[in-house]
Amino acid sequence: MSIKLTVNGETRELDIDPDMPLLWAIRDHLQLTGTKFGCGMALCGACTVHIDGKATRSCVTPVSAVQGRQVTTIEGLSTPAGRAVQGSWIGLDVPQCGYCQSGQIMSAAALLAANPGPSDADIDSAMAGNICRCATYVRIRSAIHQAAQQLSAGGRPAQG
Amino acid sequence: MYFRHIEAATGKGGAGSSAELTRRQFLKFTTLAGSGLTLGLLLPGCGPRPGAGASAAAGPLAMPFVRIAPDNTVTVICKHVEAGQGVWTGLPAIVAEELDASWEQMRVESAPAQVPLYRNLAFDPLGATAQLTGGSTATANSWQQLRAAGATARAMLVAAAATEWGVPAGEIKVSQSVVAHSGTGRKATFGELAGSAAKQPVPARVKLKDPGTFSIIGNEKLPRLDARAKSTGKQQFAIDVMLPGMMSAVVMRPPRFGGKVSSFDATRAKAVPGVVDVVQIPRGVAVVARDMWSAKKGRETLSVTWDESAAEKRGTTELLKEYRTLAHGKEALTVIQAGDADAALAHAARRVEAEFEFPYLAHAPMEPLTAVARLSPHKCEIWAGCQFQTADQAAAAAAVGLKPEQVSINTLAAGGTFGRRATPDSDYISEVASIAKATGGKYPVRLIWTREDDITGGRYRPLNYHRITAAIGKDGKVALRQRVVGQSILIGTPFAPLMVKNGIDPTAVGGNAAEQYDLADVHISWSQPQVGVPVLWWRSVENTHMAFSKEVIIDELAQIAGKDPVEFRLSLLGKHPRHAGALRLAAAQAGWDRPFATGKGRGRGVAVHESFGSVVAQVAEVTVSGNKIRVDRVVCAVDCGIAVTPDVVRAQMQSGIGYGLSAALYGKITLTDGHVDQSNFHQYQVLRINDMPRQIEVYIVPSTNSPSGVGEPGLPPIAPAVANAVRAATGVRLRTLPFDLAAARGAKT
Repeated sequence: MSIKLTVNGETRELDIDPDMPLLWAIRDHLQLTGTKFGCGMALCGACTVHIDGKATRSCVTPVSAVQGRQVTTIEGLSTPAGRAVQGSWIGLDVPQCGYCQSGQIMSAAALLAANPGPSDADIDSAMAGNICRCATYVRIRSAIHQAAQQLSAGGRPAQG
Repeated sequence: MYFRHIEAATGKGGAGSSAELTRRQFLKFTTLAGSGLTLGLLLPGCGPRPGAGASAAAGPLAMPFVRIAPDNTVTVICKHVEAGQGVWTGLPAIVAEELDASWEQMRVESAPAQVPLYRNLAFDPLGATAQLTGGSTATANSWQQLRAAGATARAMLVAAAATEWGVPAGEIKVSQSVVAHSGTGRKATFGELAGSAAKQPVPARVKLKDPGTFSIIGNEKLPRLDARAKSTGKQQFAIDVMLPGMMSAVVMRPPRFGGKVSSFDATRAKAVPGVVDVVQIPRGVAVVARDMWSAKKGRETLSVTWDESAAEKRGTTELLKEYRTLAHGKEALTVIQAGDADAALAHAARRVEAEFEFPYLAHAPMEPLTAVARLSPHKCEIWAGCQFQTADQAAAAAAVGLKPEQVSINTLAAGGTFGRRATPDSDYISEVASIAKATGGKYPVRLIWTREDDITGGRYRPLNYHRITAAIGKDGKVALRQRVVGQSILIGTPFAPLMVKNGIDPTAVGGNAAEQYDLADVHISWSQPQVGVPVLWWRSVENTHMAFSKEVIIDELAQIAGKDPVEFRLSLLGKHPRHAGALRLAAAQAGWDRPFATGKGRGRGVAVHESFGSVVAQVAEVTVSGNKIRVDRVVCAVDCGIAVTPDVVRAQMQSGIGYGLSAALYGKITLTDGHVDQSNFHQYQVLRINDMPRQIEVYIVPSTNSPSGVGEPGLPPIAPAVANAVRAATGVRLRTLPFDLAAARGAKT
């Protein structure tokens, strides 16, 4: 069946099962591999993308449900919050194995877009759906705070 | 994995020694490098033409561990897998230091599978020639090797400049990747000199730097080389490999360990759109499809009949009952015995008797096991986050019927491993190669384990049961008797003949109290139950359980003695100065000597443990509310010899603490009638950000010793430090993992 997907501003028509989770359409059919498979049950957050700007687990979102909506993956992340988050992630050397970090960054960018000055408790609450087995959590908290400060200061992110 | 008794051979030479790489050794390396990598370097009489400038000799300087390109990049060829532990930063730092390179020009790539060139030198004393990453040995075994590699390349660059400029080599200085001669004012970049450096003779000896002059090694601000790729979605893992025409595969495996395929019906699976093949392989039945989703759907409709005649059908409740019986029985192997523990304990006025339970644990790396294979008549290519290239190459070769040298291994970044990707039989590599073989190499194939495959797939940290009796005798000396009951990881693998001595598996019982404290009367024994659940090294291996019972018992002995837990430990560490040093540093930074406000469920505890050649001490502060344990602060001190990349060391301590807390608070695999009860993260819970301590401070003990382990040693002390803190807060003794305060309170009464 033909499915029309708009990912990172580009619309593509794919002949795939409408029940196919967005994750596998993005990865296997659009070859955008920054979004990761971790659990398939929306338990770990590795597959997090933005749908109309909202952090969403692509592993349980059927492609049929996102037709006509804007999907953003890590490859297309270009919001001010997204760039600030990526800059602080690099600056603080957050990643270890790095596998979960696309999902972490997508969740963090969505958090900052909704809440520009999150507390530790806000961060814990917003990020609890994203598992990191390397336990980079201490640096994730620091990097979100740093990105928030940068955004509020109106400064340009150092990198991203 | 790590093997305590090879520690003496790994990097104990002292960092200050000016170790030299002899020409003979270098020729051995380079000759083995093969495939044109280094031949130009070794041809005799190929010095630069007189008068030729750098441009006339443009080309790379290519050596087994370092390649300098005309574009001025320096690429370190890394024989170890980067799985988060930071080798893609730490190993380039060692080379960059001796080379006097600037950090910006450093690059890193994975070495091919090739022994003996890229073997892990830590295993040489065992007589094992294996390329593998394990036992927190990557930095330790590479230390002298990569310093020599960097110094050799530097010497050849200097020699090239001296020849071209007609000046004495001794007058040439190298700094920040610029080679310069002040007398003539000439200077050149590494890239400009690389081609002519390649034609210089390999120096017979190179002098290594005085560690006092290091500026890259030990640099607090050295950024990770992989941080950008891993923050932008660009880092390629095995699951991201996309080859033309590639198919996706999943495997249906036996529902019980030890089961086998009896027969299967693929009719319905083959009818699923996108499914292209259903094939039997030695470990199950593979469904191959044009994408992962179709493969998964195909597997759901697959009907397999299993032969479970040899399968393990016991559950963990029955196993624990048997373990308890073994813990109280007479049959056991003596691991270590000194003095007369039985007599000392018999005469002691107050004894501590305790039994400990440790569950099976899955590694659950975030990237599930994944591998890609491409097979042609005379060649098999593998892409994976390989942790044990030598075994992986052999397993793939056996599966497809080729020779190991016909199998090329492309080691990619691994999305975590914690030991899981190093299996003696290369389970998942063997599977993908078998699928490629069974499908005739028609297409490249990518095998992905789903999370359910991972959690139910075995290779767990072994279930363990410890029984300890300990006491302080009239003379003030500690007596301790411990029975460890747990499966062997090594027996039955090719490692056994090399490492199992007198029947004792060091990865079952290492890190015990007799090794780590000065004990007068001690007897440690081990019973090995026969169980069909496959087990494996799990980050810090035996130390995950051995450190726990040891540090909890020592703490209880301190209480009996009416002594401070830190002071009591120090009194038993006279022969362990590094333990004492780390413990003192952690205690000082935690403010241990200052009063700690208890009440409102607050408590603090301490633990110290050596593993993989490093000593780590941790102080944990907790708040207990009802039956909920919250770890507020951890102060960690680590003695890992020279800290090559201190920020990576800090990250690894944080990581070990988080991974260890995950096991302390949540981790548990159970079986019922041989079936694993957990399947995904809703049942096999792991630590999330809301349970990560808000405050973790890491202090590195200054040291001039060669680097020792970092990836694993941060883990063992955290669970006992937290248990000791909970006991201080509540009086409740936590002896079963994961912690269940409600159950422990019940047991107390």
